[in-house]
Parts: sequence; structure tokens; C-alpha cells
Amino acid sequence: MSTTPQFNEAERSTAAALPRRELIVRYDASERTNHWLVAIVFVLAALSGLALFHPALFFLSNLLGGGPWTRILHPYLGLTMLLLFLFLAARVARYNRMQPQDWQWLRQYRDVIANREDRLPEVGRYNAGQKLVFYSAAGCLALLLLTGLIIWRVYSTGYFSVGLIRLGSLLHAIAALVLICTIIVHVYAAIWVKGSVRAMTRGTVTPGWAWKHHRAWFREIMSHATNPRSRPD
Amino acid sequence: MALQSLDIVRRSATTTRSPQIRQAPAGGGVAKLIDTTKCIGCKACQVACMEWNDLRDEIGTTTGQYQNPHDLSASSWTLMRFAEVENPKGDLEWLIRKDGCMHCADPGCLKACPSPGAIVQYANGIVDFHEENCIGCGYCVTGCPFDIPRISKKDHKAYKCTLCSDRVAVGLEPACIKACPTGALVFGTKEDMQQHAAERIEDLKSRGFAQAGLYDPAGVQGTHVMYVLHHADQPQLYSDLPQDPHISATVRVWKGFAKPLGIALMAFTALAGFFHYIRVGPDETDERDEAAADAARQGPEKTQ
Repeated sequence: MSTTPQFNEAERSTAAALPRRELIVRYDASERTNHWLVAIVFVLAALSGLALFHPALFFLSNLLGGGPWTRILHPYLGLTMLLLFLFLAARVARYNRMQPQDWQWLRQYRDVIANREDRLPEVGRYNAGQKLVFYSAAGCLALLLLTGLIIWRVYSTGYFSVGLIRLGSLLHAIAALVLICTIIVHVYAAIWVKGSVRAMTRGTVTPGWAWKHHRAWFREIMSHATNPRSRPD
Repeated sequence: MALQSLDIVRRSATTTRSPQIRQAPAGGGVAKLIDTTKCIGCKACQVACMEWNDLRDEIGTTTGQYQNPHDLSASSWTLMRFAEVENPKGDLEWLIRKDGCMHCADPGCLKACPSPGAIVQYANGIVDFHEENCIGCGYCVTGCPFDIPRISKKDHKAYKCTLCSDRVAVGLEPACIKACPTGALVFGTKEDMQQHAAERIEDLKSRGFAQAGLYDPAGVQGTHVMYVLHHADQPQLYSDLPQDPHISATVRVWKGFAKPLGIALMAFTALAGFFHYIRVGPDETDERDEAAADAARQGPEKTQ
């Protein structure tokens, strides 16, 4: 017997009478795939890096098959993350330029934290916090690449002075910590603002979500008579 | 092994204390004294090191010096460095220094090592690498103030002089000491070696080496390999022996307070998020927002 819910005639006609809610596509399948590839590789790179950062976290090296494997794989994970991030950045960088209203949004951080969105300036595709996450991630990754190449013993020994390698080691750790904290903020923001996780897993948001959190983006989408980025549920 | 582990006083990447039940050894542990003023550069110590440790470096190329090989390597744990120095009188001085691990009391390699137990310090002062725990990251090279450890190209493990910890453990002197024909290499307790050095320095001073002295740098809290130098005021003359070696401030920050601070920062960020959720709660979209969105959408459509 089928487990599909059965409607009686009355219910069926009521359902048919309801308007179909249009959903707005925020991320298409390739954007979602790209994002989650970055996320998976970030987690592996971060855990392997933390294993080498603090003795209390050395046990994390077992996740990648032990200490030597952690040392071998970590730089490649870092490079892979950077490459995947560049593809993602190529798609979203243009939405992340800081606008005058973004600074106003940041000045009203108390309203942001207290969920008083009605008091904030209208937000486009990304809010100022999301833009800062983007810049922080991009900046940290650039610094991680530069310092990572310096301290990659297998290939870089002999090219750099020990003073530079020491500085590179310290800056690599600092950049990684800033990046990890940035990603913690990023992940929490997705949990905090309900509907965000759905946007990055299923790709769509409700019009109400777009209206509430990204009103300028919502208006922009609606202003297009034929909107290629919306589809029926 | 169980009893041997009682002699380990410090262990890399370990935040709790090693077994402390035994008393510190008498005489300040062991020390090798290298009297550069007695060294004739015969390289018997290099050969003895190769032989005892069963190491055969690759045949290199000559660089126009007596130094051979031209640098320490994963297979060459000790090396006579030959410096030709012109003194103020215009005479040539051939300053020969047996280079290798100094066995610092405050070892930069051990401080930098991220792998638990890959580097240990014994109660007698010997700093030893346990290659089975080495992950090959090279942080020991980064941490060392003397540029001693070398990562093998074959197996990506770090190697250096062990001060013949295996021989010393059974009451023998290191292989290099055994081989030295002039008495330039002496081995004993650190206190005895300091006393022996003092006698040598007094003798050197009486022979016109007014700046003769002992190299036992305080910046690394002393070393268990010490030098008698004719020019203790200018250690850099001896193939760049550092004037004031110490663990670099960058390494101290990186391997010191950056570690707990970094962990605290990450934990704080995560906790800040968690308690924001608990105190303020999520930012949700409800039917009113959907209705507002619908109204906004209907608006422009109607005007079309």
C-alpha cells in the first residue's frame, strides 16, 4: 500500500485553490557544488593544520592517516582549497563590493546582532557582514599561500632564509586562525539566519526570506519582468 | 625502555611533565668539550661518527676547501668547518671547528616540534630525535638557533648528532671523543668539562690569547657541547658560530603564547555564536514577510 498521503476531493480542491509559492533561486547547482567542495577541503585543511598547531590537537592528524600523512597532504589540501575558492570568488566577487549603505549597516551592528533588521539599510545580494567574510577569507588565503610556500619544506628548503621561514610559520598560523574564526562566524550566521542553509543546500529561498534579509536584491529580481533565476517550486 | 623513559625530562609537543621521580644527575649532566685550539682538522671524529652510526654520505664535490662534505646533512652529523681568517697582524689563522648539535639546555628544535615524542631531552642533557615519531615537517630546522637538523631526502625524517646517546647510556664516551688523536675532544660531566676548559683557557691566556674563553651560550641556557675558543669574543670567526644564540622571538611567539591564545580565540568565537543563539535566537522569516514580499511583487505587476 502506498504511503503517499491521500487527499480527499475537498482537500484536493482546496490545495488547488491555493496560489503556488514561487521560490527564488539564490545558488544554482554548480555554485552549490563549488561552495561545498571549498567547505569540505577547508575542513580537512583546517583540521590537519590544527593538528600541527597545538599538541592538544595532534590527535587530529589521525584523521588523515597519521603525522607524516598529515604533513604530506596538508599543503596540497591548502592549494586545492585556494583553487576552488578562486572559482567561487570569480562568481561572487562582483556582488561583494562595499557600498555606502554597507558602512551604515556595519555602524548599526547592535541592530544586526539583536535581529532588528527593520532598522537597517536595505541589503543587496550580500550584506556587509557577508562581504567582510568574503574579504577576510580571500585575504587569509592569499597570506596562507605566500607563507605556506615558504614553509613547505619538501620543496622550499634552500630558497628562503631561516628568518623568513620563522616569520612565515608564525604568519601562516595567524592567517589560519583568522580564517578559521571567519568560517566559524560564517557557519554560525547560516545557522542564525534561518533559510540560509536551505539556500546553499537546495539553492532556493522564499520571497519572504529575500524580502526580509536582502530587500534590495529582492527588488532587483522583481524588477526584471522575465526573471531567469526564479522557478516554481 | 620503561626505565629508560624515566631519564627523559622533556618531550616535544607534550604539555604535561615527563617523569620527574629521579634526581637530576650529578655534575650537571654530560658534556662534550671541543677545544678548537687543539684541533688539527684530521676529521677522525667525522669518520668515527660515520662508523659508529653506520652512515655513509653521498660522495660530494670539492668546493676548494679542506671542508668535506661542505655541509652537514642527514648522513653527516658532524663536520669540521675550516675558516681561513686573517688576523689584525696580517697573519693567517686556520680556525677549525667541529660543527654538530650543541645539545642546548633550552632546545629550539624541541620547542618547535609538533609531533609528541619526536624530540626528547634526557636528564643528562642529551637532546635526541626519535625518528619513528618524526613527521618530517622541518619545524626543528626552523626552531634551531644553530642550523643543525637536516631532513633526509630519502625518508623525510630529521637527523642530527645524538651525542652517541646509545653509547653514553651504557657508560661509553661518544665515538668522536674516542677517535680524537690530540685530546681536542673531551667528554665528562658538564662541571668537569667547565673546569677542564678553565685550565685550558688559563694556559691559552698565558700564551698570548687574551680573549680565549669558553663557549657555553647563556641564550639557550648553556649547551652540552661546549667550545674552547682562542677568540671567544668573536665566535663568528669560526664559520659563523652565533655570538648570542637563542630561540628566535618569532619561534617563541609561534610556539609560545600563540598556541593557547589561538585555541582560546577559536573557542571564544564558537561560544559567542552559541550564546548569541541562546540569548537572542535565530532570525526567522514568517508568513508576514511572505505576505509583504507578495504585496511588493503584486505592486509593480499591477502597474504594468
